[in-house]
Amino acid sequence: MSPTRITSLFSVGALALASLVSPARAEDTVKVGVLHSLSGTMAISETSLRDVLLFTFDEINAKGGVLGKKIEPVVVDGASNWPLFAEKSKQLLEQDKVAVTFGCWTSVSRKSCLPVFEKNNGLLFYPVQYEGEEESKNVAYTAEAVNQQATPAVDYLLEQGVKKFYLLGSDYVYPQTTNLVLLEYLLSKGVPIENIGGGFRKDASGKIISAGKYTPFGHTDYQQIVAEIKQFSAGGGAAVVSTLNGDTNVPFFKEYAASGLTAESCPVVSFSISEDEFRGLPADKLVGQLGCWTYFQSIKSPANKKFSEDFQAWLGKSTVPGIVKDGRVTCSPMVLSYDGVYLWKACVEKAGSFDVDKVREAWKSGVSFDGPGGKVTTQPNMHLTKNVFIGETKADGQFKILKSFDNVYGEPWLKGKFKK
Amino acid sequence: MASSEKYVPPAPLSDTTVALLVFTVGAVLIMPTLDSFGVIDHFTLNLWGKYLCYALLALSVNLLWGGTGLLSLGQALFFALGGYMHGMYLMRMIGDQGQYHKPLPDFLVFLGWTELPGFWKPFEHFSFAMLMVFLLPGVIAGIFGWLAFRSRIKGVYFSILTQALTYAGALIFFRNNTLMGGNNGFTDFKSELGFALREPSTQRGLFIATAVVLIGVVVFLRWLEGTKFGLVQRAIRDGENRTLFSGYATPTFKLFLFVLAALIAAIGGALYVPQVGIINPSDMTPEKSLEAIVWVAVGGRGTLFGPILGAVFVNMLKSYATRAIPDLWLILLGGLFLLVVLFLPGGLISLPAKLRALWQRFRPNSNPVNAA
Repeated sequence: MSPTRITSLFSVGALALASLVSPARAEDTVKVGVLHSLSGTMAISETSLRDVLLFTFDEINAKGGVLGKKIEPVVVDGASNWPLFAEKSKQLLEQDKVAVTFGCWTSVSRKSCLPVFEKNNGLLFYPVQYEGEEESKNVAYTAEAVNQQATPAVDYLLEQGVKKFYLLGSDYVYPQTTNLVLLEYLLSKGVPIENIGGGFRKDASGKIISAGKYTPFGHTDYQQIVAEIKQFSAGGGAAVVSTLNGDTNVPFFKEYAASGLTAESCPVVSFSISEDEFRGLPADKLVGQLGCWTYFQSIKSPANKKFSEDFQAWLGKSTVPGIVKDGRVTCSPMVLSYDGVYLWKACVEKAGSFDVDKVREAWKSGVSFDGPGGKVTTQPNMHLTKNVFIGETKADGQFKILKSFDNVYGEPWLKGKFKK
Repeated sequence: MASSEKYVPPAPLSDTTVALLVFTVGAVLIMPTLDSFGVIDHFTLNLWGKYLCYALLALSVNLLWGGTGLLSLGQALFFALGGYMHGMYLMRMIGDQGQYHKPLPDFLVFLGWTELPGFWKPFEHFSFAMLMVFLLPGVIAGIFGWLAFRSRIKGVYFSILTQALTYAGALIFFRNNTLMGGNNGFTDFKSELGFALREPSTQRGLFIATAVVLIGVVVFLRWLEGTKFGLVQRAIRDGENRTLFSGYATPTFKLFLFVLAALIAAIGGALYVPQVGIINPSDMTPEKSLEAIVWVAVGGRGTLFGPILGAVFVNMLKSYATRAIPDLWLILLGGLFLLVVLFLPGGLISLPAKLRALWQRFRPNSNPVNAA
């Protein structure tokens, strides 16, 4: 470490000063924030989003940028540290004065930033499937809402003749909400409550306040739960709806295969496993199991072919320190990040301005983009209309597409919506 | 733990007083004034408020580790508990401005509650929340400390047990059924004692409050160091058995110090929450405690200002590097820790003395006036 580096490190406070008195920024660029975890537990997933964002910016800049300005990315590391996400979003909005930020993966990181974006009237593009129950004017939710993933998956299973559903998830807000919505949805479709497995918790008045079985993050012992599923599925016609997150999927699917359960006897549909997760999961243990996303890499379309090829070519040439170049895939959160940048560009161009209020008005008026997963259209409730696909896992960690639902409207408020 | 260390008498008061005066004037007067005149931006001041809260946590770690030879990996628990207790009051102050526009905190509405659980009710009073900021961590530290010290648990076993305590705490708070917000914890606070938290003036007030508390704690610790109690504390660090056989009930001394350290951490946590805007179980994990131990080691273990310097410096570096070199900052930080451990075992605070020694070794005759 050189002495100049050390002194420069001491000067964080002075840095703020300097930014106030420094000469006006170059006129031909627009600053855009990238707020993902590049270190810590979430880095394995979120680094891919940083990569695809940088790729998208380069692609747009090569064609002249946005409103004639080149995108200047400001990349910060949230380090899987939720209070740090709040600090970094403050820095992006108050010091760097970015026009828009693309970022966050976990709900808790989004919740941590949300007050900062609302206070500064910033705009955050959030690309990862989430639980809904939120609608901020300062967030553009390109993410899948529950009705763009969980309910279409259940529709597909019902169509396949599945009669019994076992709900299993990691214990946090997204699985809890998804399963409560699914419970209401299944009951409204005429599935009797005794055919919904995993258990219920009721409040004093007997109202169900939690449905399904939950395990903590990092849980490894699934013997008992798998035995319960085996018993539940004994008569046939059963399926598991899994919102298990991250690493816990490895012991779960190992135990599942070891117990003799298969995709034929009792399929598992998972909402948190995409192509990118298979870089760290044994795909052969999951062959035949189902996934549901708004994009699969296996989609056959010219737009997807071009996107995948261009992204791989960009990776090959990339000089970002530490970037992984081999064995890279594309997945739904990545494509929703990519779509998000183009939708933002389209909104800015429609508004003729980078001003957040004007960009939001453009978003609400309905802007479309033909992305790798098909056409996406912005909605007045800050969510997206998009296509939904059901896929079957193959041994190489890709999905064979079984069914698609076109133009599903994103609906964040679902609890209490489905009545018998 | 540190029996090889010699007894070092506390530095002469004059040096400490000067450092304290500089610190007081800087933190309480200059920075907020610069902020209100717009010379430094609100973000920077707010960030420094966070650093000063971390400094309180570092002081708590140092009181046990540097001062008594007890390496506790549980200080993050007390920090977070203080934060949670204050957070409960802040959650109540959101009123019906949450996502669901109900008079309950959002996560309770989400869990299907229609009225407030009993233990939440008194937290609408600020004074009750402040009482709990001290009471809950104090009682937990008291019970745990009493059991641990009475059983003569020492050294690495004490570290392991405190680590388990923190981890257990994090697991309990992680559950949605604990009714403390689960994984997401508390966030989206609106006001404190009627002042809107998003106003720069409120944040300035919180910064000043943090600085004043920090200075108060430093003065108190400096005073404690000079009393007979402080002498016994150092005796325990340097040779607990000898102290015990000299007739001092060392478990009682250690229990008092453990509770005191928990209270210092708790008030740091309570001040942290309104300035950072979120508290959740990730602040309660053993990793957080370890981070605080790194701050103390980098700043200078067993000194009065070393932990503060370490907490501020490491976090400043982290804030700067996660923006300036987001791909490489961990390597930079890791390298720094290695350098400090290898070449500066006394921490950054010993750097001037080290440099002075080097200067005198290589330029013995250059300027005799300097030596005086």
